[in-house]
Amino acid sequence: MSVLAADPTYETFVLNMGPQHPATHGALRVKLVMDGEYIVEAEPVLGYIHRMHEKMGENRTYHQYLPNPSRLDYLSAMACTHGHVATVERAAGIAVPERAEYLRVITVELNRVSSHLLWLGAFVLDLGGFTPLLYAMDDREQILDLLERVTGSRLTYCYFRFGGLYNDVDDDFVDGARALVKRIRDKMPMYHNLITKNVILRQRLEGIGPISAEMCRKYGATGPVARGSGIPYDVRKHEPYSVYPEFDFDVPVYEQGDSMARYLVRMDEIEQSLRIVEQGLDKLPEGPVMAEKVPKIIKPPKGDYYCAVEAARGSFGIRLVSDGTNTPYRLKLRSPCFSNVSLFGEAARGLLLADAVALFGSLDLVIPDIDR
Amino acid sequence: MSELPEIFRVLAFVGGIMALVGLNAAFSVWLERKVAGHIQRRIGPKEVGPFGIFQSLADGIKLMSKQLVVPAKADPVLYRLAPALTMITAVMVFVVIPFGPALVARDINIGLLLIFAIASVNVLALLMGGWGSNNKYAVISATRAVSQNVAYEVPMLITVVTMVMIAGSMNLNTIVGQQQNLLQWYIFPWNGSLLLPVSFLIFFVCAMAETNRAPFDLGEAESELVAGFHTEYGGMGFGLFFLGEYGHVFVGCALASILFLGGWQCPFGWLPGIHWLLLKTYLLVFVVMWVRWTYPRTTLYGLLNLSWKVLVPFSLAILVLTAAMLKVF
Repeated sequence: MSVLAADPTYETFVLNMGPQHPATHGALRVKLVMDGEYIVEAEPVLGYIHRMHEKMGENRTYHQYLPNPSRLDYLSAMACTHGHVATVERAAGIAVPERAEYLRVITVELNRVSSHLLWLGAFVLDLGGFTPLLYAMDDREQILDLLERVTGSRLTYCYFRFGGLYNDVDDDFVDGARALVKRIRDKMPMYHNLITKNVILRQRLEGIGPISAEMCRKYGATGPVARGSGIPYDVRKHEPYSVYPEFDFDVPVYEQGDSMARYLVRMDEIEQSLRIVEQGLDKLPEGPVMAEKVPKIIKPPKGDYYCAVEAARGSFGIRLVSDGTNTPYRLKLRSPCFSNVSLFGEAARGLLLADAVALFGSLDLVIPDIDR
Repeated sequence: MSELPEIFRVLAFVGGIMALVGLNAAFSVWLERKVAGHIQRRIGPKEVGPFGIFQSLADGIKLMSKQLVVPAKADPVLYRLAPALTMITAVMVFVVIPFGPALVARDINIGLLLIFAIASVNVLALLMGGWGSNNKYAVISATRAVSQNVAYEVPMLITVVTMVMIAGSMNLNTIVGQQQNLLQWYIFPWNGSLLLPVSFLIFFVCAMAETNRAPFDLGEAESELVAGFHTEYGGMGFGLFFLGEYGHVFVGCALASILFLGGWQCPFGWLPGIHWLLLKTYLLVFVVMWVRWTYPRTTLYGLLNLSWKVLVPFSLAILVLTAAMLKVF
């Protein structure tokens, strides 16, 4: 590239991918400096749907802020609300009944499966295969139906409350969840036959868009992106929260760091999440789903608190600085997609446009999670 | 039909071919949506007419009633000419396609050559459309389409040369006439060359790539290039590109069935005629759609590698082997 750049006739052009582009799946703009079909520089331009969630956190009471986190990463909204309530519970010292913790884990993992299924469809759509999207949507639909019965909403859940849950699950939930686990587990070989074993797909993913472990650490990438680069980091294992230590599950890690590795990590994660759901259903204790003495107005003692959860896209953390009043002094949201998108510029350098789209899809970015 | 004065014959064929191209596009769009629907576990169009058969008509009316917007700084001549040119080439190749023993607009000796000569012009239309619409995505797409078409024309033509050597004619009606029943179809290895099934495969893959169909639809890779060379086209400008594309798909599949599957001849010798050609062609069109809704898209380099490193050497080897076999036996 440098030899070419010294040539006075060497010419590049700027290609704006987005803010309205089918591959960015939302209002993200990537400014690409192109040399023909090769990318010389890539720069994600953020801020098109900034909604001031952090500032809203400072102005609202803790209860008023409850619906906000699910608007960040709307595809794994359950994990985001989990992160929020866990931070506030840690700050205010609210104990959560065991049944509520188990139901939290079950619903979060179901939500993770639905998120990964949607990613699977959208990712293959980025690669030009339309049909898997509808198969994945079909399975995801069953999860959303089940979660809708429990939480009342299909996408932006507000199910977790400080000290427990909004309501208990109904009688059909356990059977429905078991049927769902079986259904998706039976479908996984079909996905592998249709997608993973496809020779065109393998050619497009293997060795393409490598991200080194070094790069992941530099940009703070977490979740499947980091695990696809050989970093075995999972918040559920390394900084356990809720009742995750009582579950037996593996953290899939692949060393290659290419798009295929990230793809395989997520496919394996679907199966691990199903395992967690199954164990949760087996162990689900009886009892209340809401702590008895939760203050109406929460005023955490003065201090600095942080709690992270493993959302579908990586570590989602909330830093809460309390000054002892009923609103936070500062509410910093650490969203996984922001870190993951930051490495796109470096990782996409020198790639073909088509491979950059594959890389972009394999990062699994949700734009509202980046812009907040 | 030969008793009619020439002018009526020409008019009848012009009308017939135009109607066929239009109806073919309408039918193909409907078929594509139905096939896609059933592959994806849904039902596809069903509201407009029985089985949604008039859906394409409704789409056509919508496209025709839209305003043709020419983008600022677009090349006004090229921008308007490109959709027309792609349509013209799609219609013109029908001139030599034999639909029945006497149902061919111009039964000329070099029919096969003429089809490729005209179909190649289609690339120019894509280039004009991509360049003329003053859009970076369209330009990238146009360059892709050109390199792709050039790469795939080579193995396709080599395969066609093989077929011409076996059949001994470039007249499509003569080639069809030689394949009177199932056993005489040129797809089978005992009819001239042992490698004929491979030739068919090469021809079919090339026809798919030549018509920009998935998994080779790099020209209009919607997830990378928005809509490729017709990004800036709306209304009937887009509609003509669409008509042209389905026309070319039809011609590619018709040519495959004429060269390898006996064209308008019946596999069992009953009632030869246009219905057999349409049946075989639409079966192949169905396969094209089946592939499209199953596979993801290749990349440009994967595509070019497939052509230059696999298809070209293979088709050349088949050409040489066939020539040797014809000489020996």
